[in-house]
Amino acid sequence: MNFSPLLIELMQLLLLLAAAPVFAGWVKMLKCWMQGRRSPGLFQPYRDILKLFSKDVVLAENASWIFRFTPYLVFGATLLAGGIIPILSVDLPLSATADVIALVAIFAIARFFTALAGMDIGTAFGGMGSSREMMIASLAEPAMLMAVFTMSLASKSTSLSHIAQAISQSDIHMALRPSLAFAFLAFVMIAIAETGRIPVDNPATHLELTMIHEAMILEYSGRHLALIEWAGMMKLFLFMSLGAAAFFPWGIAGAGNMAAIPVALIYLTIKFALAGVVLVLIETGLAKMRLFRVTEFLGAAFLLATLGMLAHFILE
Amino acid sequence: MDLASLSVILFLATAVSAPLLSRNQSLLVTACFILASVASAFSTAAGIWTVWQGTTETMILNLGLPELPFHLRLDPLSGFFLTTIGLLSFYVSVYSIGYVKGFIGQRPVVRLIIFYSLFIAGMFMVVLADDALFFLISWELMAAASYFLVMYEDEKAENKRAAFLYLVIAHIGAMAILLSFGVMAGLATGFKDFSGYTFDAMRASKFPVELATAAFFLAFFGFSAKAGVIPLHVWLPEAHPVAPSNVSALMSGVMLKTAIYGIIRVTFDLIKVFPWWWGAVVLVFGLISAVMGVLYALMQHDLKRLLAYHSVENIGIILIGIGLSMVFTSFNMPLIAALAMTAAIYHTLNHAMFKGLLFMGAGAVLHATHERNMEEMGGLIHKMPWTAVLFLIGCVSISALPPFNGFVSEWLTFQAFLLSPSLPAPILKLLMPIGAAILALTGALAAACFVKAFGVTFLGRWRGQHKPKIQEVNWPMRIGMMLAAATCLLLGILPTLFIGWMDTIPVQLVGSTISASAGTYGWLWLTPVAPERASYSGIIVFLGILAVVVAAYIMLHVKPGAIRRGAIWDCGFEKLTARMQYNATSFSMPIRRIFGYLFDIKEQVDLSPQSAHSAFPKRLNYYLKIRDRVWGWLYKPIAEVSFWLSRKVGMLQQGRIQTYLIYSFITIIVLLVFVK
Repeated sequence: MNFSPLLIELMQLLLLLAAAPVFAGWVKMLKCWMQGRRSPGLFQPYRDILKLFSKDVVLAENASWIFRFTPYLVFGATLLAGGIIPILSVDLPLSATADVIALVAIFAIARFFTALAGMDIGTAFGGMGSSREMMIASLAEPAMLMAVFTMSLASKSTSLSHIAQAISQSDIHMALRPSLAFAFLAFVMIAIAETGRIPVDNPATHLELTMIHEAMILEYSGRHLALIEWAGMMKLFLFMSLGAAAFFPWGIAGAGNMAAIPVALIYLTIKFALAGVVLVLIETGLAKMRLFRVTEFLGAAFLLATLGMLAHFILE
Repeated sequence: MDLASLSVILFLATAVSAPLLSRNQSLLVTACFILASVASAFSTAAGIWTVWQGTTETMILNLGLPELPFHLRLDPLSGFFLTTIGLLSFYVSVYSIGYVKGFIGQRPVVRLIIFYSLFIAGMFMVVLADDALFFLISWELMAAASYFLVMYEDEKAENKRAAFLYLVIAHIGAMAILLSFGVMAGLATGFKDFSGYTFDAMRASKFPVELATAAFFLAFFGFSAKAGVIPLHVWLPEAHPVAPSNVSALMSGVMLKTAIYGIIRVTFDLIKVFPWWWGAVVLVFGLISAVMGVLYALMQHDLKRLLAYHSVENIGIILIGIGLSMVFTSFNMPLIAALAMTAAIYHTLNHAMFKGLLFMGAGAVLHATHERNMEEMGGLIHKMPWTAVLFLIGCVSISALPPFNGFVSEWLTFQAFLLSPSLPAPILKLLMPIGAAILALTGALAAACFVKAFGVTFLGRWRGQHKPKIQEVNWPMRIGMMLAAATCLLLGILPTLFIGWMDTIPVQLVGSTISASAGTYGWLWLTPVAPERASYSGIIVFLGILAVVVAAYIMLHVKPGAIRRGAIWDCGFEKLTARMQYNATSFSMPIRRIFGYLFDIKEQVDLSPQSAHSAFPKRLNYYLKIRDRVWGWLYKPIAEVSFWLSRKVGMLQQGRIQTYLIYSFITIIVLLVFVK
């Protein structure tokens, strides 16, 4: 029995748990600098989560078990997704559990229950958040799957480990395909929508009429809120890793190669530092869209992904 | 075969003997539905055994017309549908023990039992039939019994209208099926004698392509009318909601599947050889039904109507699988065809389970609240915790979320789509990506729709004006739902076992199987085609999430801390009422706005302004009416034309005997001239 894949899997999960808040802190820090403010530091998200964990929970009168169960489920689903995406190495025992399509569905479970929790307490805000979130999701998910299909057509597999391997092992001409370029553009737009960043949703707002994700979790407090916030940071981290694994897989360690893990870690740090800069440039450069403009935004993402697929059929 | 026939006979016996025992109604209900569940269990056992062994048994009954005996046959395909129908009938019969008790003293229970038994017997006979005559007799038995079940609560004009519409469309469909069988039977013997009416004779013969096309499209039209494929779906959202909920569960869960059975039987078993564009047509109708079905469902606020529209959606998804399988078969790619076929029949079984569960849940809600309108409901999770959990399992399954069963079959369909680049026809290359995207859109919209259905019905606070006393439903109803929910979970987490079991069907129909490759990594992982291509393990997803949830829960509850309950945050407004919650209409408003052009929407806002200032109106009335565009485009013109025609034909009727004698005279002359 070879234990090294198990070890890598464990390392990767720990890395996800530990590094997701740091990445969120990095994004926040860059944003502060861009806007000419002083930043609270790289580790502020840790302090926020710790503070929330030590606080008591206040539940709304009408909350049922759905409301109390959802934070755990969201956390669990996100962590499981982290075991599937090749962040450090493709040699993961869990990677056969789900391919990209199933991965999208695992994120969908978390969203399904978050939306239910939003409706559970019986306020107008919760329902509003759920309704909008499901509307955005129902447009983002097909676009996401189209982008994923285009990736899988190029590598003839929907398994993420195989996609990462196929692209990193092929020569540069293989990797610079037009279909992948279209898919990547679409993926960036969808990732912004799925993780609730500007211009689709503003994670920092609590202004009643513009909230989407925040409206659903408005009534959460204490450890429940901590779990949801942590899962949110992990989701951002995972979408970045998903993009990295599918489009820029260089540096991810191959099968059975323990020695490549430190190198993979260095590559990862560089990729994420850059990804943070790009994300902040997008977020500070654009204003939040009106809700019904999101349709056009996601429609454009969908078209780009479809173009990518057509490009694959016609050009490749 | 013996078990299956025994079960049919038991059902027929129940139907006959029910009126004799009508004195003690409570006993009658218990006895009859226990008998029905036992009989269904027999059929299920027979079906499971047949599919497992891959055997084919035949039987000839010397009943019916002289020289035209009834042929029966139990092969893996009919065995599979026997299992599906039997399993859901079993659950629903258990559920009915509790559900029908609620009717005692209000409605004639005996009538319900008779038609219920005939209905299930009819469905069993349809899948067992092996000749056109017996098939159509069974088909009509099923249709007629279900017509009377839809009419069961016949004091409302709405129900009568729904039942009539159902009857009309069912018969237009049956006529098309009859014609299709006629074409095939005639070709089988060269239009010489009647021996071509058996399916064996049709199987043995080769059809010329033009006539085969005619036969196929007649059959497809006829079965589509039964399955509720758009645009022949209009009866479905009318008829399913008004039937008693146990019957709705059967109608939506399995009666529609007999039409799927018919399509598979005629295409893959009787005609066998077909050009690829038939498959493309089936695929396109499947896609339209899937996406339009779910969009219409999103617009509904009647719980059972919403579920009925979802049946349209799921039939669409099944047809997508069948269409793909037909395309791949005609290009001689048996492995991928087997994958698509497995996806289609797996979804058939899955849909029977979760739709049955959801309709039973809706029945429980109806039973407890006497309300079908979701706008009046809310907060039922506190009053009906069992029903809420079970209904939630149905919602998660139908929304295609892992680890439940709906996801597995949609995932298999996606895999079939992704293997399509190997197809030679360019138009298909264009159709496939769009098809995959539409399927993805359907899945996401279904999730939105079930957040709405569950959220508005069970979560939040009660929205209605008057508060009825709501109680959890009785045990037989809960057990029926629990069994269906457990099946949904099992089908979701152990797909490899079930695919191994239903292996004989793709072997019979398309001559290949995916089970050899499906279990490459062992029974834990589902790996269709090849393990490096794609893999999924429902059980690890289930256990993985469960493990993290339990671990996090335990770690966070080490130190005891009381949970404080507080009032909800009202922004300092202080006058929150339950009417301010989002309801079904407002929940779907963003989607209604995006896809509004697909519907016929009439929206009207009436303000009655207060004298002080126009910005503070006293009352606001909001009207919203959403209709199927199909009504205006297709049915209204047809109805108008047929009325116009009947008025013209009606002019022949003068009411004078002399005129009628002239008609007869002219007819005879004309016949003499032509026939000689």
